[in-house]
Amino acid sequence: MSVAVELTRVTHRFPGVEAPALDDVSASVPAGVITGLVGPDGAGKTTLMRLMAGLLKASAGTIRSLGLDPIGEGAQLRARLGYMPQKFGLYEDLTVGENLELYADLRDITGEARSASFARLLAFTKLRPFTSRPAGKLSGGMKQKLGLACVLLGNPELLLLDEPSVGVDPISRRELWRMVNELAAGGMPVVWSTSYLDEAERCPHILLMSGGKLLYAGAPQELTGRMSGRSVQIGSISGNRRTLLQRALNAAEVMDGVIQGSRIRLVLRDAAWAPDLAALDAGPEAWLRPAEPRLEDAFIDILGGGPGGESELARLMTPVVLPEARRAAVIEAVNLTKRFGDFVAAAGVGFRVPQGEIFGLLGPNGAGKSTTFRMVCGLLPPSGGHASVLGIDLRTHAAAARQRLGYMAQKFSLYGNLTVEQNLRFFAGAYGLSGARQAAKIAEMLETFALTPHRAAPADELALGFKQRLALACALMHDPAVLFLDEPTSGVDPVTRREFWTHINGLVQKGVTVMVTTHFMDEAEYCDRIGLVNRGRLIATGTPDELKQAAGRDGHEAATMEEAFIALIERSGGEDEGRAVA
Amino acid sequence: MSGPAPVSWRRLRALCLKESLQIVRDPSSILIAFVLPILLLIIFGYGINLDASRIRVGVLSDDRGPEATRFVAALGASPVLETHLARARGELDHALAAGDIRGYVVLQSDFGARLARPDATAPVQVITDGSEPNTASFVAAYIQGVWSTWLAERAADRGRGFAPPVDVIARSWFNPAALSRNFIVPGSIALIMTIIGALLTSLVIAREWERGTMEALLSTAVTRTELLLSKVLPYYALGMVSMLLCLTVAVWVFGVPFRGSLALLLIYTTLFLGSALGLGLLLSTVLRNQFNAAQAALNAAFLPATMLSGFVFEIASMPAPVRAVTYLIPARYFISSLQTLFQAGFVGRILLDDFLFLTASAAFFLGLSALRTRRRLD
Repeated sequence: MSVAVELTRVTHRFPGVEAPALDDVSASVPAGVITGLVGPDGAGKTTLMRLMAGLLKASAGTIRSLGLDPIGEGAQLRARLGYMPQKFGLYEDLTVGENLELYADLRDITGEARSASFARLLAFTKLRPFTSRPAGKLSGGMKQKLGLACVLLGNPELLLLDEPSVGVDPISRRELWRMVNELAAGGMPVVWSTSYLDEAERCPHILLMSGGKLLYAGAPQELTGRMSGRSVQIGSISGNRRTLLQRALNAAEVMDGVIQGSRIRLVLRDAAWAPDLAALDAGPEAWLRPAEPRLEDAFIDILGGGPGGESELARLMTPVVLPEARRAAVIEAVNLTKRFGDFVAAAGVGFRVPQGEIFGLLGPNGAGKSTTFRMVCGLLPPSGGHASVLGIDLRTHAAAARQRLGYMAQKFSLYGNLTVEQNLRFFAGAYGLSGARQAAKIAEMLETFALTPHRAAPADELALGFKQRLALACALMHDPAVLFLDEPTSGVDPVTRREFWTHINGLVQKGVTVMVTTHFMDEAEYCDRIGLVNRGRLIATGTPDELKQAAGRDGHEAATMEEAFIALIERSGGEDEGRAVA
Repeated sequence: MSGPAPVSWRRLRALCLKESLQIVRDPSSILIAFVLPILLLIIFGYGINLDASRIRVGVLSDDRGPEATRFVAALGASPVLETHLARARGELDHALAAGDIRGYVVLQSDFGARLARPDATAPVQVITDGSEPNTASFVAAYIQGVWSTWLAERAADRGRGFAPPVDVIARSWFNPAALSRNFIVPGSIALIMTIIGALLTSLVIAREWERGTMEALLSTAVTRTELLLSKVLPYYALGMVSMLLCLTVAVWVFGVPFRGSLALLLIYTTLFLGSALGLGLLLSTVLRNQFNAAQAALNAAFLPATMLSGFVFEIASMPAPVRAVTYLIPARYFISSLQTLFQAGFVGRILLDDFLFLTASAAFFLGLSALRTRRRLD
């Protein structure tokens, strides 16, 4: 296996930042396969890729991309390199054809080679019918394919793709994967950076990173092989699976655990050390069987194991008590419709969420998922139908309803230059808490989320995990009965995500009702029920297991949530390529 | 290692085409380049008028004699003054404070008596509203004018020649009708070129940074020179088209005379656009954020071009330190050359000075932004 990129003791620091973005990384990128550059946000993936492309100069260490020094021999390297930055590097007000023409000129492709490349790439990406459409009006998946086509124009000898699957739904993701695999099979070295571990698992070679350090380099199977026998699944559980998970996580032999539909999945500290189902009180029917180890298990193992099962927050919280009549429909959407001009973003969406349930909204980008979510939490007035929370109509009494619901937006929406305590005080004030009640609540939140040592630190300077805790604390200031979470854990490392879900599970047991949107298919498994949105319509509702069954063929249920998602979307007529992505 | 050619025409042409398509498809560029100039010209051409006509002034005469009455009548007969007779000084002070009148004239009770003396000096007190200095000086000058004319006519009536010690005949050269529009329209062209050059271009590189396209460009074979030229050339062309539009509107709609040569106008606009574009590109290269770049362009280019260029406030009446600063403002020289070209036609010494400074400043800003344009992200 020849080497496409060689990194030797590479360190990179950005001016004014104390911690290095990359810390003494040595690795190589083999030719002929896809190398996954894997890690959560802030791991150093983009920095590493920019160093390989010669867009940044490393503070220390040497890099050889295609045998060239990316800085000193930059001009030669660029002629042989294909680099797709995040957001695909497209000119949104230029059409598909104009983008291709531009990059063909920039890469000096002329004459017959040019028309041949266009023909080949338009066929490869299936973009031919859209050549005169502005790039800004393409769906996420099509933008991604166009970005790839622009990069492939020069027949590069090395392909660097920075988070190509962000903002792209599973169907387009699968499509892109197929295309890039084809290129790699033809001998092209490819580096694919991602924060999705399930995606990384499909790469023959990975570089696993966290906090600027390289944790592992090699085949993912070798890493998951180390976990062999340590992953198990418990099914046919009687009683509450959330409390069971909590008990399991507190058991000494369990390192990590998640909910998978009606089952729970555990990772053990030692393969020989199986948990006792009776001691866990899983019920008489319960079975325990080995599960296929996953890369995420190994990652959590390297990071030192997941958090415990107890949520301090949930322990302190007073249970939510609702009148009997309310419990069946804490959140209710009836025939919700939203039109933007003549574009119908959501049509006739209806569902009910009973108390103590986690309801997830899933769907491709631009399918109407966010629109529906916003109408239900009162941020967007519907054009037709109505939504209510705790029986309060959001159109007429939005303010009253908001007083009873907590909202955590994407990317946490904290005030970065305010301190932890100032953020808490602001949100407490916004929810109408004042005086002694406010002070008591802030003290409680600082204590519960272990934020006391960081109380005077600006929110921007917090580590991601603490930021997430602070955002959750801010959303829970007023003890809401309903919690809305918009993509709460994107870009977050798996341990931080576990901790987040431990809190959510704890809250749900106290009677809080949760509505969540997510891109992570395994996160969807935490939900009691899922609503699948496509083309502005709710095409399926049910428990994760029901959806997997519905998606299955010939009596076999779909193996993963992702497969179920793809099958159900395709069956409903595929993703609508004509829709613009907001 | 053989370095690549600094400019590949194919790449440059492709980049310029891309930039032009973006300009054409972005309504805000068209708005700034073509609609805004027309609006500004209309506002500056019609809205701001430094000429005073029919200014209201108060008159208080404590002398009931015939001389005083005749002088008051002469004031009232002036085409530029609208007189209001008052009985007491308090009345006039009040009206002045309220802005009802712009100034007033007081004739003392011994006005006629003093005029009858052989040395014939009678004081006329003129109070003006100093809060609007321009109008105040107009008022003073107009009343002075009426006074001199009246004295001359009075002497003629008595069959005596009137010979004031110095005879001042004011004649405005270059702008014979003393129309402020002729002076303001060229100035506003300079302002419009500043907006196109600095404000519009300050956004373009920052936009590429924000949208991530700069990263994609830098990973191709594009050279620094191509990158810079591809930003400068389309916006230069846009500025030139806009300038010709302004010229057409100024001459045909506002009737502002253009006495100089078109070739010189193109040369001076080119030089000025050079510094404005250079500044705009420098800001967006350094700041990489559209909002910050636009703010900086506003402060570094637009405000000085308005306040310190002699366009609105006369440089000669500024305090010395501020006056010193104006020597560094490219717009000052551009406005001076525009006013020369429009109103005088050709004044070699002024135009040479302007040429030298504008060339130097264009070279400075373009050079600096070339220096700050990097092939890397750090």
